[in-house]
Amino acid sequence: MSKKLETKAGLDFVTDWAYAPSPEDTKHIKLEKQYDLFIDGKFVKPNSKKYFDTVNPATEQKIAEVAEADEKDVDKAVKAARKAFGKWSKTSAKERGKYIYRIARLMQERAREFSIIETMDGGKPIRESRDIDVPLAANHFFYNAGWADKLEYAFPNRNPQPLGVAGQIIPWNFPLLMAAWKIAPALATGNTVVIKPAETTPLTALKLAEVIRDSGLPDGVVNIITGAGKTGAAIVNHPDVNKIAFTGSTDVGKLIQKAIAGTDKKLTLELGGKAANIIFEDAPLDQAVEGIINGIFFNQGHVCCAGSRLFVQEGVADIVIRKLKDRMESLIVGDPLDKNTDIGAINSKEQLGKIQEYIKIGKNEGAEFHQSSCAIPGKGYFCRPTLFLNASQSHRIVQEEIFGPVLTVQTFRTIEEVIEKANNIPYGLSAGIWTDKGSKIFNLSGKMRAGVVWANTYNKFDPTSPFGGYKESGFGREGGLHGLLPYVKL
Amino acid sequence: MSTRIILPDFRNTPAVDQVGIEERVARFTTRSIKKSSKQHGLKLVLNMIDLTTLEGKDTEGKVKQMCYKAAHLHDVIPGLPTVAAVCVYPTMVKTAKDALKGTSVKVASVSTAFPSGQSTREIKISDTKFAVENGADEVDMVISRGEFLKGNYNYVFDEIAEIKEACGAARLKVIFETGELSTLDNVRRASEIAMYAGADFIKTSTGKISPAATMPVTLVMLEAIRDYYYKTGRMVGMKPAGGISTAKAALHYLVMVKETLGGGWLTNQWFRFGASSLANDVLMQIAKETTGIYQSADYFSKD
Repeated sequence: MSKKLETKAGLDFVTDWAYAPSPEDTKHIKLEKQYDLFIDGKFVKPNSKKYFDTVNPATEQKIAEVAEADEKDVDKAVKAARKAFGKWSKTSAKERGKYIYRIARLMQERAREFSIIETMDGGKPIRESRDIDVPLAANHFFYNAGWADKLEYAFPNRNPQPLGVAGQIIPWNFPLLMAAWKIAPALATGNTVVIKPAETTPLTALKLAEVIRDSGLPDGVVNIITGAGKTGAAIVNHPDVNKIAFTGSTDVGKLIQKAIAGTDKKLTLELGGKAANIIFEDAPLDQAVEGIINGIFFNQGHVCCAGSRLFVQEGVADIVIRKLKDRMESLIVGDPLDKNTDIGAINSKEQLGKIQEYIKIGKNEGAEFHQSSCAIPGKGYFCRPTLFLNASQSHRIVQEEIFGPVLTVQTFRTIEEVIEKANNIPYGLSAGIWTDKGSKIFNLSGKMRAGVVWANTYNKFDPTSPFGGYKESGFGREGGLHGLLPYVKL
Repeated sequence: MSTRIILPDFRNTPAVDQVGIEERVARFTTRSIKKSSKQHGLKLVLNMIDLTTLEGKDTEGKVKQMCYKAAHLHDVIPGLPTVAAVCVYPTMVKTAKDALKGTSVKVASVSTAFPSGQSTREIKISDTKFAVENGADEVDMVISRGEFLKGNYNYVFDEIAEIKEACGAARLKVIFETGELSTLDNVRRASEIAMYAGADFIKTSTGKISPAATMPVTLVMLEAIRDYYYKTGRMVGMKPAGGISTAKAALHYLVMVKETLGGGWLTNQWFRFGASSLANDVLMQIAKETTGIYQSADYFSKD
């Protein structure tokens, strides 16, 4: 209906008035050249004697080298956690809460340092690490600290007891935030922790180790060890670990589930996603477009709940796509440390390769390819914001998780059609609904096979809200009251 | 463009989500504007100001002084632009026009029983004609908010169209008094009515009601301008007025224009600030960028 009414008019977002570069200063950041393993309250040399580099993806320069934990190191960490568990689990709940509050406050005090390191190590724009990752991570500690002495209210008429040693493995997309999601509820419920950050982004977790040491938390309650897949496997397979919490890829999630089959280890998995973001004709279109931009380009699309499949109702499809393309032109891709930057660097060379591979696949599958015309730096791993229009449900770019700034666009006519298409995918982590009509929101949110459904907003996170998925997106919930459950025996 | 314009149903204008608008607005305020970027931006701002005096106690003397200031903002610093226009009551148009002879500064006149708009159609039209005959280059009219809130959109549309006709060659700015429209959905609707009825500019407020211009309201109007431009190929200007008194706030508005409508609107042909005290704050910032020190308000002439 609107199709014929639009003219060929176009807007020009290139102006001679430009913003001033505003990169964060990194001189005051204290980083060691080499990081060891944080076991039993101390940084110790790895048994493996091996170290690996962690690289700034925006400059391709090495930032530091980090110890690689082998099976013996993992065993040492688990033993330290087991030893600490006896005393920690009997520490009064109020006292436990006190330590967690202290960690939260120390994180807030060093928020600037944390956000700059997060951006250097992972490539995400400083705007996000400063405004979202770091404050939210601190909030998870605050929130769970509050639960520590109220567990009998969280689980009325039950007797919640800690499980023991929790082995936790976290991904590279939100390194500090994921560490907080995992550590905070485990401590609040009286467990001890062995946690492994991802090999490409270990630095903020190691900074967190410093904060934990400074907080006076008893030795061995939290052990932070670094390494790649082998180290993770050693944690999963260690016989004295009581619980595994994993956030990462679906493939690895499946391996973990196989590995612990037949043991009495408890498991929660938060895996991949391929969320549908659905725009109806009656939606506030400009705000919906903004939500779509945030949904897919937030953290370069390295978000398991990214709104990577856009469904637009037929009648407004042309207008929405035009608005999307215009909005993409005003996105700034570049130095993640610059506060003007909207989209930072792709986390690693490997991930950039994977995204480029999917872009090739999408082109071969015949979807209409569009990228913003923005400049990208010559050095470092960058990818322009990308759309694939007229994508089909059976395209691989629609079915598989790309984990990059790539959005597929499909249109739909009826509500039944969009429900079917949105759910017709192996994943089920999140979904977005954009409409001015409340009843439509309630109708749809009940029918989405997704753990989180956002209405007229996207990518909103809060420590009080549970998060987790259906189907190949995993099981178990993190955050909120529900997030305590995987860490207690009732 | 020769596209035939089909009038939309104004009862069904696109919805606006207030939370989303506020989130977007917050992003505009975090862009970095300093050093040469700031200097450039500030000069743009100066050149977009409609220097305004709209008081019952206005005198010819005051208007003349303001007109001199409009063309000579701060002669201590060479190379400064003039403001875009002065904005006065219809009775002061002649005085202003004479005082501004030989400059590029335009004369804008409020009309249509400004600021309340509570008068008959005939009086509003003659009010407009009087201003134009006295030499007004631009007319700032107010809409009938009562009729708008009643849902009498045809009345509002027709009134704007008739005033536009009465304007002749003068450019018409249509003031919504958004502080009285109560919702952003209403702001969006008023924007569409005004543009389709022939407005050359849409303007937030009279400056007599609080809240006057805000960033969320302005963003809604800029988005309406953008959609209208795509539909018709015709550019419409934007004028936030009232309440923008600092250089920093003005720069945030420019960021919003740049990222919503692009460079085409970053001139005083398509964007204006209605303000009385903004100019001096901008001058103070420019002086600071040149000399490195802040001077007191006494170093900048008021009128």
